[in-house]
Amino acid sequence: MKATKTSATRLNVISSGWNLVFVILLAFVALFILVPMLLIFVVSFSSELSIANRGYSFWPEAWTLDGYKYLFKTGDQLANSYLITSFYTVTGTLMSMTVMTMFSYVIAQRNFPLCRALTWMLFFTMLFSGGLVPSYILNVRYLRINDTVWIFLLPSLVNAFYTIILRTFIQTTIPETLFEAARIDGAGHFRVFTSIVLPLFKTGIATVGLFNVVTRWNDWFIGMLYIRNPKLIPLQTMLTKIQDSIEFIKQNASIAGTPDGIALLRTLPDENLRMACTIVVILPILMAYPFFQRFFVRGLTVGSIKG
Amino acid sequence: MLMNQMKVRKKWRREHNTLLAMAAPTIVYLLLFCYIPMVGLVMAFQNLDISKGIFNSPFVGLRNFEFLFSSSDAYIITRNTVLYNLVFIVFNMSVSVSAALLLSSMRSALFAKTMQTIYMMPYFLSWAVVAIVVNAFLDRDNGLVNAMMESLGRKSTTNWYHQMRIWPPLLVLVNAWKGVGYQTVLYLAVITGISTDYYEAAVLDGASKWQQARYITIPHLRFIVGISIILSMAHIFRGDFGLFYNVPMNSGRIFPVTDVIDTYIYRALTYLSNVGMSTAAGLYQSVVGFFMVLIVNWIVTRLDPDSAMF
Repeated sequence: MKATKTSATRLNVISSGWNLVFVILLAFVALFILVPMLLIFVVSFSSELSIANRGYSFWPEAWTLDGYKYLFKTGDQLANSYLITSFYTVTGTLMSMTVMTMFSYVIAQRNFPLCRALTWMLFFTMLFSGGLVPSYILNVRYLRINDTVWIFLLPSLVNAFYTIILRTFIQTTIPETLFEAARIDGAGHFRVFTSIVLPLFKTGIATVGLFNVVTRWNDWFIGMLYIRNPKLIPLQTMLTKIQDSIEFIKQNASIAGTPDGIALLRTLPDENLRMACTIVVILPILMAYPFFQRFFVRGLTVGSIKG
Repeated sequence: MLMNQMKVRKKWRREHNTLLAMAAPTIVYLLLFCYIPMVGLVMAFQNLDISKGIFNSPFVGLRNFEFLFSSSDAYIITRNTVLYNLVFIVFNMSVSVSAALLLSSMRSALFAKTMQTIYMMPYFLSWAVVAIVVNAFLDRDNGLVNAMMESLGRKSTTNWYHQMRIWPPLLVLVNAWKGVGYQTVLYLAVITGISTDYYEAAVLDGASKWQQARYITIPHLRFIVGISIILSMAHIFRGDFGLFYNVPMNSGRIFPVTDVIDTYIYRALTYLSNVGMSTAAGLYQSVVGFFMVLIVNWIVTRLDPDSAMF
């Protein structure tokens, strides 16, 4: 087995000359990906003076930890946003996964009379949607969940695409005979679900759960559209807000010279502080994802085998 | 595949109550957050007064649509949405397939793995962060581009957020930067999944590595690539809001080349508070998009029934 594996891998290998050419080509692409992120990283350690003199650069005149020091001294909003984003990432993912795995179990039961109807009810939402405006009116005017934590949890509770993926996971990894056997032994559906399906189904849940975590951590849109209370502003929205206020002053240069504008500019975070903020926001995911990479790859491939 | 469920007569049994209870939260969710908003699309035919709500607002027939289509806006946002999506599909596909082919032929597995990890990194950044990254290059005062021009002796105070000509290629580039890694990994998985028997047989027949790529790997990929292209056509009327709103910093001067249907709807709702017109634009997008999905699915069913969406 092992021997065939190695010989098979080698079959697909090219000569060392071309290998070198390809290595250089691929490494060049990697640079293209990494260099912009490196710039943010370097600016977060650049002194304010060298930014003022030379703009952003990969090699500043002076290095400093000021950005990070300020961040930990004055980062109330950051700490608060970190907390709220973590809260709604964890709670939202747990709620979503509970509801979606149960539903995917139900639509994986081929002899349930409503199986087809429910699958279609879910699937149709992927084909047609009311769009942004009716949802906005519903949330703001009728449910009144804007500016509350519920806006992060409820409208994103179920993702049709992920639920279909979960169902595919159940159908492809758990043999139907196993359900039948358990049912003959007298276990109810809920028992079968919690004691047989969930344990066998860990990879599927981990995969979809991780995608859910990333999506929620990275969401800035809900915060931008629905949240006014600064205590509920998530991390990513906070980043766009910082950026927007700086852009606003720069685009409207006329107020920049006025006392008001100068006062406003003074309250703006310094450049390195802003970049330090960005680094602190992206670091957890960039550090964690290589360890979970196999789940993401698996999710991608299963996701491409549609419902 | 959804169609293949057995047509056996199914009887309702007591145990099915449990299943219904387990499905209940999702059913309630779908009705409340997906189907009720679809009904809410009637607002496209109303002159909505938020304080009166949709039950008491007057109907105005097609006036919102007339308003939308009488300006050049409808044309511009549709053109931008469709053209950008077409270019994204072709560009990302070519880059990611080439990268996957090269990665799969690497001698060092460790190198291939490292590259794969790096390529996928931007996929985990939000558009809010990507906008900051782009701004680090384009910022008028501190941006790297203007700073480099200055160090070359040409003092530049260009505000790149006002320069229309750079944005179409830039958006394509930024979109690829964020999304190509994800697709590369997908195609790499397809290539690794090709049975090694083909390559062994080819080697016995004396095929060179190039011939193996040309006659085995690429034909295998061609199928999935074709299907993915067609499937992505289904979403061609949907612009990536994060990309088109955040990266150009919502800069008004360049709307003619950055505005897509989704950003237009958002602005009509939040800046103009024109609920009727923004719903009309949303309905237009949903309906055209729906027919696009049906057409695409019909084509895929002809070509390869197994890849059909429904």
